[in-house]
Amino acid sequence: MTSLVKQIGWIALAVIGAFALGTVALARGETINALWIVVAAVAVYLVAYRYYALYLANTVVGVNLLRVTPALRHNDGLDYVPTNKYVLFGHHFAAIAGAGPLVGPVLAAQMGYLPSMLWIIFGVVLAGAVQDFMVLFVSTRRDGRSLGELVREELGYVPGVIALFGAFLIMIIILAVLALIVVKALADSPWGTSTVAATIPIAIGMGLWMRYVRPGRIGGVSVVGFILLMLAIIVGGQVAESPTWGPVFTLNGVQLTWLLIGYGFVASVLPVWLLLAPRDYLSTFLKIGAIVALAIGIFVMAPDLKMPALTRFVDGTGPVWSGSLFPFLFITIACGAVSGFHSLISSGTTPKLLDNEKNMRFIGYGGMLMESFVAIMALVAASIIEPGVYFAMNSPAAVIGTTAESAAATVSQWGFVVTPELLTQTARDVGESTIISRAGGAPTLAVGMAQIFAAIAGGPGMMAFWYHFAILFEALFILTAVDAGTRAGRFMLQDLLGTFVPALKNTGSWTANVLATALCVGAWGYFLYQGVVDPLGGINTFWPLFGISNQMLAAVALMLCKVVLFKMKRERYAWAAILPTAWLLLCTLTAGWQKLFHADPKVGFLTHAAGLREAVARGEVMAPAKSLEEMQQVIVNDYVNAGLTVLFMFVVISMLFFSIRACLQALRHDQPTAQETPFEQLPGSSVSTGPVGRGM
Amino acid sequence: MHEQLKAFVRGLRQTAYLMVGVPDYDGYLDHMRRAHPDRKPMSRAEFFRERQAARYGGGNGRCC
Repeated sequence: MTSLVKQIGWIALAVIGAFALGTVALARGETINALWIVVAAVAVYLVAYRYYALYLANTVVGVNLLRVTPALRHNDGLDYVPTNKYVLFGHHFAAIAGAGPLVGPVLAAQMGYLPSMLWIIFGVVLAGAVQDFMVLFVSTRRDGRSLGELVREELGYVPGVIALFGAFLIMIIILAVLALIVVKALADSPWGTSTVAATIPIAIGMGLWMRYVRPGRIGGVSVVGFILLMLAIIVGGQVAESPTWGPVFTLNGVQLTWLLIGYGFVASVLPVWLLLAPRDYLSTFLKIGAIVALAIGIFVMAPDLKMPALTRFVDGTGPVWSGSLFPFLFITIACGAVSGFHSLISSGTTPKLLDNEKNMRFIGYGGMLMESFVAIMALVAASIIEPGVYFAMNSPAAVIGTTAESAAATVSQWGFVVTPELLTQTARDVGESTIISRAGGAPTLAVGMAQIFAAIAGGPGMMAFWYHFAILFEALFILTAVDAGTRAGRFMLQDLLGTFVPALKNTGSWTANVLATALCVGAWGYFLYQGVVDPLGGINTFWPLFGISNQMLAAVALMLCKVVLFKMKRERYAWAAILPTAWLLLCTLTAGWQKLFHADPKVGFLTHAAGLREAVARGEVMAPAKSLEEMQQVIVNDYVNAGLTVLFMFVVISMLFFSIRACLQALRHDQPTAQETPFEQLPGSSVSTGPVGRGM
Repeated sequence: MHEQLKAFVRGLRQTAYLMVGVPDYDGYLDHMRRAHPDRKPMSRAEFFRERQAARYGGGNGRCC
């Protein structure tokens, strides 16, 4: 009886979700409140968590709550610690949530909010959360080993090396694209630049304090650091207005690029406790705080969506990024729907902290649902801005010009009516000299967040403060990702190069470290520079490349899970992994193919290069080049990007081949062949292997 | 009620610390007392430094 009552509650929730989805999808011509989107998303998440995730846990992979986890088997109080599930949820969420779910939906909003919303909601339920959960399961059953090791053990040595190589390339692209977002947000913005610069001395001060004065006490010093950051924002406004200091911090994209490259190099060879760790603490707490504040803000403000449900740019002619809805929308929004990078976290620290297999569903599946919710909030923040302002902010200067008048005229022509006055007024409200062509997602999100925060705290007078707060919060965790990523990339590179020159593997050698760091910084710096000087804004080229690489890593991870299911003799349930894999392969291979060969030079690298070569033959100079030598450089860049795309496609196609081979081999055995750590029963539990209960 | 509140605050504190890669120090001491009573556990400062080095020393990437 009680279970029937409970079922009725879930059915009611499903009906509410369906009604909210229908309201958002079917409303035409009338304004929709953002809360409809939020309600639709949350209802679908809860129903999926209650039914599909439970099915995945009990039936598809078969979690066993009597089985000892690595945290219990190897408990050392350090790396392996059985951890309360809510505490672990916080750890896992903080590790997976970064800039991705905030930026992707903002860029995708150029097609309207509806396709993005549907992909975020259904992508996470059927693909993203499935991947995070299954990889967590596979890794936990194998002593918390990493994705590279898992692929090597279950698929073979060669696919293992290929997967590692792919992961390194993805890392480089991610670092370049993240750095590009920071450059785009800080260019010609003395307020933003001085605030972000102030984080360096603040973090170093915190680092010294935690090292020598009160080691191991993070709380108090983080609070002081946070207060100093808020002061830095306020002082930043004065700095921007100062006739002496304003110009010092007014830097263009190329200057910021060189500063960032230099910074990346220095920061990643400094001791971690001095700069990286303290800034990581600040950025982690600020990130969680800002996400919570954004959620509260959206509920309190309940804003109306101003962006149409669908725009004319679904045909692929949009100014923010090029390419049609299929496949490029599903590439543009990676994090928030499905993100391959999470497979590295789900096979990293989290499986070593899990106290019982029954909590995998909450941590793996639930954690990803939470990230998806962050993406929904970013989509809302981008969609409550006046569409004309959105397009003026996100279109390249080559398309809309550099003045408020030209931008307003072009954007209005597209059907998003906006006046030059509104553009200059918005810039003044947020304390910037201009908001035109501030591509990259971060400034747009910051305008949206500033509107939400100002509506609940401070009013319009606080817009500029909140705008720079949002920029600071994004820049802070992107910079942390850049120097942590450079370090990680350096280790990967030393590992890879060590196969050929053993001396380079020695991480104790200063020369080897500096060389590997320089190579790593040089690699992402090359792409960053290329993106910054691109007249179409760089994001146009690199965001799709980033999306393709990230989704391909997801496909690799899901193929691993599929192989493991076959090896466990659970192939009849393997469709749960195969379905999202097939979709990801379809999207990424189509997108990769179009990035190579599409007839539109804005989409296809080779078409673009061919056009430039013809121009060179005619002796003509085309932007961004200013001379024939620079034309050659742009052509080389096109070939490098095309080569990278080919490499990504090679990685994923070879993994497809190896995974199918492994599945066929598994089918020939009548016994399970998965290489799990042998079963060990939880001490003090009775000998039965019932499925996981209904609890969280 | 008071006890529950204290447990909640302790949980929040543990969550915040683990978010930045530092597990519970008291938990570590407990573990050392139970499993390795013969060994001297690290001091809070040593524990903190060891965890910092472990979080950023290896090839652990960060998410996008």
